[in-house]
Amino acid sequence: MNTMNATGINAATTEGGQTADATEDRPYGPTRGQPFADEARFKLRDVSVYYGETAAIKKVSLDVARNEVISFIGPSGCGKSTFLRTLNRMNDSIDGCRVEGQLTLDGEDIYSDSRDVVELRARVGMVFQKPNPFPKSIYDNVAYGPRIHGLANRKSELDDIVERSLRGSGLWEEVKDRLDAPATGFSGGQQQRLCIARAIAVSPEVVLMDEPCSALDPIATAKVEELISELSESYTIVIVTHSMQQAARVSDRTAYFHLGHLVEVDETNQVFTSPQHELTESYITGRFG
Amino acid sequence: MTDQPSQAEQVRRSLKRRYRKERRFRSYGIAAIAVALLALAILFIDIIGKGYSGFLKSTVTLEVTLDSDVMMLEDPTDKTARRMADFVAPLQQALMAELPPEAQDQPRAVRGLINNYASDALKKAVAANPEWMGSTRTMTFLASTDVDVYMKHQSDDRYSIKLSEQQQGWVDELAERGVIDLSFNDVLFTNGDSRNPSQAGVLGAIMGSLFTMLVTLALSFPIGVAAAIYLEEFAPQNKVTDFIEVNINNLAAVPSIIFGLLGLAVFINLFGLPRSVPVVGGLVLTLMTLPTIIISSRAAIKSVPPSVREAAEGIGASKMQVVMHHVLPLALPGMMTGSIIGMAQALGETAPLLLIGMVAFIVDVPGGFLDSATVLPVQVYLWSGSPELAFIERASAAIMVLLTFLIGMNALAVWLRRRLERRW
Ligand SMILES: Nc1ncnc2c1ncn2[C@@H]1O[C@H](COP(=O)(O)OP(=O)(O)O)[C@@H](O)[C@H]1O
Ligand SMILES: [Mg+2]
Repeated sequence: MNTMNATGINAATTEGGQTADATEDRPYGPTRGQPFADEARFKLRDVSVYYGETAAIKKVSLDVARNEVISFIGPSGCGKSTFLRTLNRMNDSIDGCRVEGQLTLDGEDIYSDSRDVVELRARVGMVFQKPNPFPKSIYDNVAYGPRIHGLANRKSELDDIVERSLRGSGLWEEVKDRLDAPATGFSGGQQQRLCIARAIAVSPEVVLMDEPCSALDPIATAKVEELISELSESYTIVIVTHSMQQAARVSDRTAYFHLGHLVEVDETNQVFTSPQHELTESYITGRFG
Repeated sequence: MTDQPSQAEQVRRSLKRRYRKERRFRSYGIAAIAVALLALAILFIDIIGKGYSGFLKSTVTLEVTLDSDVMMLEDPTDKTARRMADFVAPLQQALMAELPPEAQDQPRAVRGLINNYASDALKKAVAANPEWMGSTRTMTFLASTDVDVYMKHQSDDRYSIKLSEQQQGWVDELAERGVIDLSFNDVLFTNGDSRNPSQAGVLGAIMGSLFTMLVTLALSFPIGVAAAIYLEEFAPQNKVTDFIEVNINNLAAVPSIIFGLLGLAVFINLFGLPRSVPVVGGLVLTLMTLPTIIISSRAAIKSVPPSVREAAEGIGASKMQVVMHHVLPLALPGMMTGSIIGMAQALGETAPLLLIGMVAFIVDVPGGFLDSATVLPVQVYLWSGSPELAFIERASAAIMVLLTFLIGMNALAVWLRRRLERRW
């Protein structure tokens, strides 16, 4: 209730939310657009996430297709990060956080007891909002993942992985002479690209990005966006963003969240040119957010 | 509208009030710091004023003739006989040579100027260099404690001068000629305790403190850090953990003498460890230091940015790897700082050590963890309670030595923090 008032969109909620098929579970009606995909990597069904007693995500069903870039947009506090973090179980370490529903990655249950989180996170990498390189050298940052997962047997193999990852994140030319320099001495944009290099060093299948550009200046943002487009050829990417332009530029599909509900998800073009739900329209035309 | 002051005027007025408030607040702060500095200055002036003389000793430089007849020695080449010889006589003779003729009739008064241990020193020197027999050598000996007190404190009426008027005259004259002189008191740093103030030193106490601190450090740092890591990273959030946490905080507030009682009851009476030894002292101080180390280590772990933890988890590091590879290296400087401060507290601790018998009079410099020993603050306590005033200045000197160690340790803590924490 508080969040509703805080976002100041009660009017919009009553106008747009009271559709004919509104139920208690889905006050805004069923998810509009195409939440499901044929070649689904993640299959997420009726996912709810609770912090203690409060639900931050309510009965969300969505597929993430192979090698697509899907972006999550919505007003802040609507649960985008929460939902993203359920995909590689980063919420596990938060006390009182509970996940309900069926979540599978390539057909395997993500939250089953037998699931090993370490293996999951090796397959589903993550890039955070604030660049968070380890306070170590560039080399050690990138080599950390391969080291703990035992991906390289020899130093030369590790060197190859580091170079490949840094090339992959477009950072190689800038840092190849300074691999021993501490990562914390680089610019925010470079640090974020280093974090991307670190994430792809373990060859994940999916990369989750939580507002990866919100702490960067426009030029660094442009570089990271370019990088995302390049990565989309080999990785499945789920990106949370508060910038609609960014969503429009980098993603194939866009999902609009509202107060923990998935209101609409469709081809990015479709969402931005002819949104089906009034809430989506209000948001992308800048009436709130 | 017109009689209302303009808004700018109102703001200006409130600004003036605000500035006044700020000035007042700042002057309170400055006053508080000034009081603290003043107290510190008084402390230092008092201790240094009383104790600097403890770093000086009075010496007598004499031309000693090692004559067999004077020393009542029949065969100067016989080692055993030489050990039985009279080494006081040549000293007395040499000193008499420096004094006016009337001294010839008062051998006791003359001997009263030389330290009881001077003949021992001479004996040792001759034993090491037998060829000196029969020759004349210039040697420096300790003056007697009475001469020492007279040399340092003749104008201070708290000290009673035990020398007779005549002896005082002799000393004045010898001091004028440089035969009696004040020099750096190396004895203080080479000897253990002694009943004779001029022979008493702090080396025994320093070694005792060193061994005790080594035991304390070796036990309390690993245990404290391990406990902090467990509580911070692995312990489940439940009543038991809460209970442990509350009790660790309580433990930090327990008066140190209680730990002494505990040590006496458990380590000595129950486990049968010997009294007065650094091992038991170290165990007791470990108990006392642990809460400090645990609390500061937990604070250090808490201050590791969550983003680092997240980054490591996000890439698939296990809990253990997150702690070992990332949290611990970043928290270590803070842990070490806390531990050094805890150790500094332990170094200055007296009460618990009195109870486990580290207050005995021990002449020998301890050579290990199981030798009877005392520690610096206890040595201060022992000397400052002595009725002999010559010990008081040594107590102050020992305080200075102790303070030097403490300041050194705190400086090390600050340096470590600056040096290592700047990395992120
Ligand atoms: N660790 C947490 N504990 C409790 N509530 C949380 C926590 N993290 C997020 N929330 C709540 O969950 C809701 C969704 O948060 P979040 O997923 O961060 O939103 P978004 O990323 O869309 O801005 C918010 O109401 C927020 O207050
Ligand atoms: Mg967020």
